[in-house]
Amino acid sequence: MSILKDINSKVNPQFFEEHQRKIYQSLEDKHTTIEEIDSDDPLNSKMILNMGPQHPATHGVLRLVLQLKGEQIEKTKLDVGYLHRGVEKIAENKTYQEFMPYTDRMDYLSPYSNNVALCTAVEKLAQVEVPERAQYIRMIGCELARISSHLLWLGTMVMDAGAISFFIWTFKEREKIYDIFDQVAGHRFTVSHSRIGGVANDLTDSATGLIKEFINSFPNELADWHKLLDRNRLFIDRNENVGVLPTDQALDLGATGPVLRAAGYAVDQRIISPYLKYDQVDFEVPTRMEGDNLARYFVRMEEMQESIKIIRQCLEKMPKGPVRTNNAKQAYPSKDEVYYSMEGMIHDFMMTDTGICPPAGAECYHAVESPKGELGYYIQSDGTGHPWRLKINAPSFRNLQVLENILDGEMVADTVVIIGGIDPVMGEADK
Amino acid sequence: MSLELTESVQKLVDGLTESYSEKLIEVYNASGHTYIRVEADALLDIVKFAKEEYHFIFLSDIIGVDRYTSEERFEVLYNILNLRTQDRIFLKVRVPEEEPVLESLFSVYRSANWLEREVYDMFGIRFNNHPDPRRVYMPDDFQYFPLRKEFPLLGIPGSIELPNTTPDTE
Repeated sequence: MSILKDINSKVNPQFFEEHQRKIYQSLEDKHTTIEEIDSDDPLNSKMILNMGPQHPATHGVLRLVLQLKGEQIEKTKLDVGYLHRGVEKIAENKTYQEFMPYTDRMDYLSPYSNNVALCTAVEKLAQVEVPERAQYIRMIGCELARISSHLLWLGTMVMDAGAISFFIWTFKEREKIYDIFDQVAGHRFTVSHSRIGGVANDLTDSATGLIKEFINSFPNELADWHKLLDRNRLFIDRNENVGVLPTDQALDLGATGPVLRAAGYAVDQRIISPYLKYDQVDFEVPTRMEGDNLARYFVRMEEMQESIKIIRQCLEKMPKGPVRTNNAKQAYPSKDEVYYSMEGMIHDFMMTDTGICPPAGAECYHAVESPKGELGYYIQSDGTGHPWRLKINAPSFRNLQVLENILDGEMVADTVVIIGGIDPVMGEADK
Repeated sequence: MSLELTESVQKLVDGLTESYSEKLIEVYNASGHTYIRVEADALLDIVKFAKEEYHFIFLSDIIGVDRYTSEERFEVLYNILNLRTQDRIFLKVRVPEEEPVLESLFSVYRSANWLEREVYDMFGIRFNNHPDPRRVYMPDDFQYFPLRKEFPLLGIPGSIELPNTTPDTE
């Protein structure tokens, strides 16, 4: 009696019956051919394994339905949607500025990049001029967010590969970044520091001091980690030739960010469509050809190095001046104006009530390079203060689609490391 | 035309005018990107043409829009990149409310798989020849399309079954 001829007769879903049956059905249908399964399989080595959704190793709420033969994965199906909060629907019912805190909670490992993505898109749509200093502050924030996100990836990925204490060392460094954000924005985690028309407040001296201290000490830590991992036999054996994404498939499957760059394509929004002041600073886009988990590791490690380089240049080049546009129809006035002048209070009220109104019929797409890849906002305006349609092009979602394809043929023990290497954030993938 | 197009987009538009002139509805620029609206029935051919002849090899996103008008209610945008010249174009098609069906791009870009599932999930636009036409975010038992404008912000009470609180005692 074969176990896999008809999975659906074997399962008994209690909840969302149609959904569960369809996902098993799609597993049977994958690659269109269902091979005849031999009935004399005394060890019962064929099985369907559900991984997740509520397991820490599945990085949030990700469910994988794996068809195994012994220890090898034959087919994989991913089930996302457990976190789906409908943020696009929410965005259509909020003003642009009101939506900002929601973006923090999308990719919650790098909130600053999400803020900047929304801001730059709205600014492009409504043609808001942003002062130069604000743009440099945003760049510093974005790069710190990139380091912070990659640190968490590094900690968890190495933990997935079996080394626990590493996680604590990367978190020690992340803690410093939280302290910086605390000084810069007044929040440690979900910062909402970037505002339409500029940033919420200028860098204080103590914040600048912390950033300088961080960029001086962090490269040493990074060098230590390189020493520990780069030639570590265990680490390399776990990662080399694991989860290989061939170069020709990377584009076809829509990979983005470090996953795409590790497969040989140097696609980086900071280079191909420079935003903020990225055309003023000098940095490299790390790229590898192998496309395996080890290549992704090297790409991300080198990206952290480049981020430090960018922050250093930003601190040097940052001019003095205002941090928010002076046009009261486009940005919130400063709190001084709100408390001590009538106009300021009226403008504050107007910004909260209707917000910025891009012209009717305007549409725009703007993408930034978030730590996970191309994070784009497509906005259509109908002339009111809230978007008619706001679509988020989430990099984690696209990388998860890659995951569904590269897991086939891998060992089941490597699943967790491969998920770690893809670095999905379900808050963003599920939107 | 007074449009300012980059070189590779200009070439693409010229190529399209030559081969698909009756399928081309409008070409315009908005916020620095070029939008090309085409007839829905020629979409697959045009995408293939752009990919093979003009190197637009990367499908970045598929965007559904509910225009909420009586005719041609939905709009679907395809965000496509030319990685050689780094140009981004948006191909746009419109579909009516009664029979919202488009041709799947899976045969051209495999990344269209999930992206099209998302558009189906949110707007109910179906895709012909899609390899795996399930919903992606909502459970398949869910009967509504949440990003349509008539779907209430608070949701429809009772539309999602909640798990029972007593554990299975099998």
